[in-house]
Amino acid sequence: MRTRAAPTHAAGRKRVVALAGNPNCGKTTLFNSLTGLRQKVGNYPGVTVERKVGSLAVGGAQWDVLDLPGTYSLTARSPEEAIARDVLLGEMEDAPRPDLVVVVVDASNLNRNLYLATQVLDTGVPAIIALNMMDVAEATGAVIDVDALAARLGAVVVPMVASRRDGLDALLAALSTYDAEPGSPGRWSMADVAREQVEAVAQELRAAGQVADAACEGEAVRLLGIDGTAERIDRYGGPTLAAVVVAARATLTEAALDPMTLEAESRYRWIRDATTATTRVGQDSATSRSDSIDTILTHRVLGPLTFLGIMLLVFQAIFAWAGIPMGWIDAGVSAASDAVAGALPEGALTSLLTDGVISGVGSVVIFLPQILLLFFFIGMLEDTGYMARVAFMMDQTMRRVGLHGKAFIPLLSSFACAIPGIMATRTIESPRDRLVTTLVAPLMTCSARLPVYTLLIAAFLPGGAQAKALMMTGLYLLGVVSAIVVAFALKKTMLKSETPALILELPPYKRPNWRSVTLNMWDRARMFLQRAGTVILAVSIVLWFLSYYPSLPADQAAAFESQRQTASAASIAELDAAEAAERTRASFAGRLGRVIEPVVRPLGYDWRVGIGLLSSFAAREVFVGAMGTVYSVGDADEQSASLHGRLREATWDDGPHAGQAIYTLPTVVGLLVFYVFALQCVSTVAVIWRETNTWRWPAFAWAYMAALAYAGAWIARTVTQWIV
Amino acid sequence: MDVTPLATLTPGQAGVISDLHGDDSLRVRLMEMGLIRGETVQVLKYAPLGDPVELDIAGYHLSIRKGDAQRILVAPTGALAS
Repeated sequence: MRTRAAPTHAAGRKRVVALAGNPNCGKTTLFNSLTGLRQKVGNYPGVTVERKVGSLAVGGAQWDVLDLPGTYSLTARSPEEAIARDVLLGEMEDAPRPDLVVVVVDASNLNRNLYLATQVLDTGVPAIIALNMMDVAEATGAVIDVDALAARLGAVVVPMVASRRDGLDALLAALSTYDAEPGSPGRWSMADVAREQVEAVAQELRAAGQVADAACEGEAVRLLGIDGTAERIDRYGGPTLAAVVVAARATLTEAALDPMTLEAESRYRWIRDATTATTRVGQDSATSRSDSIDTILTHRVLGPLTFLGIMLLVFQAIFAWAGIPMGWIDAGVSAASDAVAGALPEGALTSLLTDGVISGVGSVVIFLPQILLLFFFIGMLEDTGYMARVAFMMDQTMRRVGLHGKAFIPLLSSFACAIPGIMATRTIESPRDRLVTTLVAPLMTCSARLPVYTLLIAAFLPGGAQAKALMMTGLYLLGVVSAIVVAFALKKTMLKSETPALILELPPYKRPNWRSVTLNMWDRARMFLQRAGTVILAVSIVLWFLSYYPSLPADQAAAFESQRQTASAASIAELDAAEAAERTRASFAGRLGRVIEPVVRPLGYDWRVGIGLLSSFAAREVFVGAMGTVYSVGDADEQSASLHGRLREATWDDGPHAGQAIYTLPTVVGLLVFYVFALQCVSTVAVIWRETNTWRWPAFAWAYMAALAYAGAWIARTVTQWIV
Repeated sequence: MDVTPLATLTPGQAGVISDLHGDDSLRVRLMEMGLIRGETVQVLKYAPLGDPVELDIAGYHLSIRKGDAQRILVAPTGALAS
């Protein structure tokens, strides 16, 4: 019996509504409309699929709104699809089966969207169909008899335009009076022999009791097909079930039916009947406006040119425009540091706050404008539908390397920062391809390398601005080429696998939804700042400790103090600098630097550069600050002429080269190459660990990049020596 | 009527799907996207480097590689006005 009654859950318990739907159906827009800023982004346990939950109050009831990953089908291949299926079937750890599912359906692409919708209805979970993008459908002249469609589907259908918030009230009303009992499963149209076999498997499933009764028939169809892996069959019912499945498949094959394609064909047949009876197809194509845009944007010549133009714009924004707010942050950090130093007495605590906490976290927070701008552009390109065109145009090129067209965007993002780049690999379906992309992403020249490049190139490279720009471009190219070579090598050896199939929807272009774009930017910025507040804060404190302790021996400190008593004002500054340098030499970091000096000596570095390298394994940009400390220039930043001068004057303390300059041209070229390759970023290591769920891959990435860096620096130095 | 691989159609040409070959996983995935026997599919264009191909299937646009389009057999229906 179908009753329409208020849900009977105990008062106080939060109810869970899940949003399901195809990619590009407007699901995220609806999620944002329902929950606004009341969202939390986390991960599902054990996998790296993003779990977005928001809260919603309607009619006095509290709901958790769960945004499921967009999928085309419940037949699970990618981790995203597996999550969607497991949540809907109630098989997800730590996540109760939702009380209600809202399936978002694109009315302008009804048949394909109904494929997932009917699958969801057939799991027996109470569901409402949100018939979205009605405006697009109506613009083509299509007429949908919503009531008739609802009767066919056996579910409430709410027509809406989520981007304009049309129909939102009707959806909320439906939410508070939802039908707790869905229609019976079987939204497919198949021959009797097939129906009998599905029933036989469903009966066995019900008897085994691992799958909710109402979901058994839907699961039975999938078990007959490609989802019927030995592991799943074993989990659901063991050998008895396996025997029934094998027999059913044999019977189907005998009847000239393909068990693999049984679900797809019979479901689409049912859907076609249902939509033919309830809708009149429009005369105009829903994609005609989009098609005319594509005559340019994916044109043989204009397409790649436009793409190049857009990339240049993004780079211009990240490297030039972002510089202005970055300058403000830099000034703010210095001001904060000065204020603290002025307010507190000189000593260990003040030094910890200014040199450790403020400058350490400040040196990372400074990248916030770049991250915001990058995600603004990525969000825009994604939201308008252009990103799919990029994958379409780049697939052939990426495939030569052995990667998927979808790997292009993560690698492009890594030019700003490898962290968002690696997070963006989640859209790649094949786990091996995702891993290869993750492992090479840190080779792309991220913005944290810029301060190091700028310092070294400005201080040491001969020639005018053009030669320096050329060197900079060369370093970027070296990063790209090495990423390609390493990806190719990994795909041929350790992570050998076929390049996965490309099945890519090219959705019609649409106006970006500013709300979604801004919310996405806000999410990323929050994640980035959280990391700066935790990992980077901790590393900064450790680094500060290592370079502050132990203090100078009492007699040495006293000697400096007594000299200061008699010195003139000008030489006091010099004395302070000399004392700071002596301090660094005596500190743990200084001692460590001297221990590793033999290792870096073949590259032409003394212990001071060694400290710089060591400390920049936390984050590359730390190198600039560390060099500032080591060469005791009060307030070092990469433009500081005095740091340039100090570096140029730096000489060997001892050894065969005592008195000679450390930073010769070959050494500097080697050092630059070292920074191109080395994985000097704690946050990237941490994000690789989180995305792969093992220490093996971050360790591997670190090791191979360290090896490349060392070998690369040595070769670059030797070759430059030979040329010069 | 003669069937031919989808990848042999030129932009603008359409055909009715008669069969899908290839491994099960790919076949099922393509069918889930609507490439079902009896459906009409039109080739819209090839990517700037000649691969992949953009298709119109059931009113939406889908891109697949030529190698996979080679395994989809269609009975050509001539050019469709788009």
